[in-house]
Amino acid sequence: MSTPTDITGTVKDFILREFLPGEDASQLEVSTPMMTTGILDSIATLKLVSFLEDTFKITIEAHEADREHLNTLADIEQLVKSKQK
Amino acid sequence: MGVHDPILTAITVRGDHPAVIEPSGKTLSYGRLGEVSAALRDRLAAIGVTRGDRVGIMLRKSADSVASILGVLRAGAGYVPTDPGAPPSRAAYIFSHCAVKAVIVEQRFVEALSAELAKAGAAPTLIITDGIGGAEPLHARLRDLQAASPAPAVPDVSTSDPDLAYILYTSGSTGRPKGVTLTHQNARTFVEWCTEAFSPRPDDRFSAHAPFHFDLSILDIFVSLTHGATLMVIDEDLGKEPLALAAYIASARISIWYSAPSILSLLAQRGRLGEHDYSALRTVLFAGEVFPVVHLRSLQKQWPRPRYYNLYGPTETNVCTFLEVPGLIPDDRTEPYPIGKVCSHLRGLVADEDGKPLPADAEGELCITGPGVMTGYWAQPDLTAKAFITTPDGTRWYRTGDIVSLDGNADYRYLGRRDRMIKKRGYRVELGEIEACLYRHPDVKEAAVVALPDDALGQRVVAHLGTASGQRLSLIKLKQFCAENLPVYMVPDAFAFHAALPKTSTGKTDYQTLKAQSAAPAAGAPA
Repeated sequence: MSTPTDITGTVKDFILREFLPGEDASQLEVSTPMMTTGILDSIATLKLVSFLEDTFKITIEAHEADREHLNTLADIEQLVKSKQK
Repeated sequence: MGVHDPILTAITVRGDHPAVIEPSGKTLSYGRLGEVSAALRDRLAAIGVTRGDRVGIMLRKSADSVASILGVLRAGAGYVPTDPGAPPSRAAYIFSHCAVKAVIVEQRFVEALSAELAKAGAAPTLIITDGIGGAEPLHARLRDLQAASPAPAVPDVSTSDPDLAYILYTSGSTGRPKGVTLTHQNARTFVEWCTEAFSPRPDDRFSAHAPFHFDLSILDIFVSLTHGATLMVIDEDLGKEPLALAAYIASARISIWYSAPSILSLLAQRGRLGEHDYSALRTVLFAGEVFPVVHLRSLQKQWPRPRYYNLYGPTETNVCTFLEVPGLIPDDRTEPYPIGKVCSHLRGLVADEDGKPLPADAEGELCITGPGVMTGYWAQPDLTAKAFITTPDGTRWYRTGDIVSLDGNADYRYLGRRDRMIKKRGYRVELGEIEACLYRHPDVKEAAVVALPDDALGQRVVAHLGTASGQRLSLIKLKQFCAENLPVYMVPDAFAFHAALPKTSTGKTDYQTLKAQSAAPAAGAPA
């Protein structure tokens, strides 16, 4: 079972590596909006969802792949945690 | 009447006045310009050049090239200028494509050019000059030829409206350059419009910043010499060096400046304009691309005296719309200035994607008709046919490829290239609008946005940036900034950072190179 810090750190590393190459890691904060700013576009969101499902052994419903659930690192952590309960 | 006929008058009445001055100070007087161009006319006639023929010019920008242009026109031919800095295969292609009968070329280019001409199967007569400078090498060469085999003096060939004046080859977006073919009427009506719009005077000193194979040079050369004024040649080295250029504009007492905005942006940023006296400068003209307001405002603060004009038009029409920019740009303005109203010798309409005319206030492609519009592309009837629409009254309109709309003052606003309008996720995305947004970012000095076909995204939008600090910016902050100013589907997919964006030989942003760089896999990574 992953601890909360692990979730955010793992997801953050993935997003920086995949979608923000060369970015200073400190710029991506837990509250940085990603879907409403184009950091996560539709293709990136799909990749992120598969990553979350594979890494944390959870299932994310299609209606959950939206800005309400995935916009910030904090949102993502909350979603993953709710699935792991 | 030929476009150069008023220059022949200036030669007879202002013989001692300087026609052309080079950065070294070497000066060609009107009298000497008359002598050298007459000698070239006689030599070309002896070679067999007659009315309607083409003559190539492959000289670095100089008094020699000005005298060559006039000599070719006096022989009744059209001149075909090429970029001596470009690969010789390009010049050879151009010269063989329009079948020039002769080429005036500097010795240093002859070997490479001859090899390429031979490959192309072309064999024009070469008139070879030993360098450039005050038209002395050209004059010397013509005197030597005269001593070896005398060419009889012939009268100037009288040219009329439909006769060829020059062919300017511009890069086609794909493949070979195309030859924009312009007549004496095209050139003359443009010069007459410039006279009406800018009231040039015999004591004016015009900059010649643009290369002579670029259409901005038509204003420089022909408007200045028509009025017996002086053309101040700015060679390639000086033209790129803001500090030296800033000093030269002041010391040379240039009064009418004309260039692409990019060099003016550089002058505003790095020219230290406050250190010089620009009291002679009365008119600043710019054309060729959008002038970012942040740099235009900075320039106006440093050069408060001159009047500023935004000129717009493709080579095919030369300038076709213009706008005088107000003297003081409000600090909160970020939107570039409109391209203005259609010049008095032309008419405009807007058309839809199929070339059907739209109501005057609709958004659409600007089309232009009138005596300034080219006849077509040399020896390319299919390309020519595609470039025009014909309205039911039989009028032929040149399609500029630029999307415009009218603003509240009945000025055309430039919205972008027809071919820079892409569809992304079904939305119409104008790449120029993304650039305009990026220019509002305080750390962005230069922005150019390109789109590439992408399997996953349909179109992948890459923004290339030059930053004020020279440092790369936070991708997250950039994306947030874009998302605050643009719909999210317009936020670029990737950013690349440059010390300076690549430029074409005419000083415009080089989109072809940027596209090629964007195709590399790591476009989101540091460049």
